[in-house]
Amino acid sequence: MSERITLVDYLTLDDADEPHLVANECGTCGARYFGRRNACASCFGTDFAKVTVPSEGVVRSFTIVAQAAPGVPVPFVAAVVDCDGTRVRSNLINVDPDPEHVVLGMKVRLATYLVGTDASGTDAIGFGFEPM
Amino acid sequence: MASDDVWILGIRMTKFGKHPDKDSLDLGAEAAMAALADGGVTMRDMGVLAAGNLLGVSGYGQQLQKQIGQTGIPVYNVANACATGATALRTAIMAIKAGECDMGLAVGVEKLAGAGLLGAGGQAKKDADTWERSGRMGAVAPVDGRIGTDGMPGVFAQVGMEYGHKYGGATFELFARISEKNHAHSTLNPLATYTKRMSLDQIMNDVMIAYPNTRSMCSANCDGAAAAVVVSGEKLKTLGPDQRRRAVKVSASVLTSDPWQDGCQVLPDVNTLTRNAATQAYEAAGVSPSDRDLVELHDCFATAELVHYDNLQLCAPGEAVPFFESGAPWRDGSTPVNVSGGLESKGHPISATGIANIWEVCHHLRGEAGDRQIEGATVGLAHVIGLGSACGVHILERAAA
Repeated sequence: MSERITLVDYLTLDDADEPHLVANECGTCGARYFGRRNACASCFGTDFAKVTVPSEGVVRSFTIVAQAAPGVPVPFVAAVVDCDGTRVRSNLINVDPDPEHVVLGMKVRLATYLVGTDASGTDAIGFGFEPM
Repeated sequence: MASDDVWILGIRMTKFGKHPDKDSLDLGAEAAMAALADGGVTMRDMGVLAAGNLLGVSGYGQQLQKQIGQTGIPVYNVANACATGATALRTAIMAIKAGECDMGLAVGVEKLAGAGLLGAGGQAKKDADTWERSGRMGAVAPVDGRIGTDGMPGVFAQVGMEYGHKYGGATFELFARISEKNHAHSTLNPLATYTKRMSLDQIMNDVMIAYPNTRSMCSANCDGAAAAVVVSGEKLKTLGPDQRRRAVKVSASVLTSDPWQDGCQVLPDVNTLTRNAATQAYEAAGVSPSDRDLVELHDCFATAELVHYDNLQLCAPGEAVPFFESGAPWRDGSTPVNVSGGLESKGHPISATGIANIWEVCHHLRGEAGDRQIEGATVGLAHVIGLGSACGVHILERAAA
């Protein structure tokens, strides 16, 4: 099996059967962030813990992007998914990108896909949310 | 006129649109010199210059001085995304309020015709030969299009759709009807980039950019400039009767950034900072939200206009859809919104926008708006938002005399 790397460091594949997202949670106020933090934007605290983000959620908002920057394949569905209180920026995948199939409030779950393979044969694994 | 008030003495916008034969200095100079002439003053009277030009030369303010008058005054080159013009104006206002000078000039200019999609970058982003983590997300490849969208039409589409998720009723057709209103309004504005009325069918069947925003529901990239001369109340008392009569009072000048909100780093929260700015502005001006005779708000996309009805408290919380359905924001409605045609048809030369919308309000308060005059207008509000975010709200009042 080829080597794998996740598209972003907050997507985790390895320590469990199911892939999941990991947020940085402020130890003081509980605010959650994706990506490296210097301090909490809400309370200025500097203690963070890694927490697992629920992998099921509802579509809080979306758009179907038909025109994007050069090199970005279209159409795609960009969305905000509310995972039991933690909002996640994601594409919606494994769904037809049209307003008949993508609706506000629809239930979705985390899914992964192959982004591409680099020159050394390593697969980059991305994530999206798909209809349940 | 109280001594510590600040007034707009002169103000002007250029025609928005394509100006292939003019560079950013030509456009800025045209607006600045026209604003000075409108106020009956010269560069010699100015104690400060604040200038915004995001995409052009660096040190734009000093470059502009070399075309219109180098008097040695302090220059502030400001940048605050789409709120740059409002920030420039507010910088000049703050200099007056601080007592550093009694008159100042603010200029915003952009050459943007044919600029394409904003926020998405102009060059193709390619994957590297070898995956290597970089940036705060530890990404091994560009994420635009893979983890959501960086493009402005899609970001603001989600802003509008999120409102629909919370309150319902925000359909594709509703957003298109907002755009229909602004395109209809633009037919009366000779300085707008586009002055064509568009039918609902034309708008909904236009090229889709980011559902539910079609091309005609997006702000128009164009060239343009706007400039304003501001003056202290004390100084205004010494000026001529025509200058005093045409002066417009800046009853509130507010700038906010986005305070932390749950999820605000996932999808920008353009609501809280706008609501905060409006609340501060109404309080500073001593007017209630129902007092305004017209509103120019930042309809960078049709989906944005809807949420700002609510954020600017033109309606009760959650009532933006019925507010629009009632006809209120049409020019003959109870709260005319974007009678200039808005960014969707007047155009959006980024740094000019935050002064051009104030020009529009002043034009009505002075009773000089001709065919599109909102009769008897005495109080108006101008709003801009720059993603990141910065929100400027100005409340303007006609001179009492």
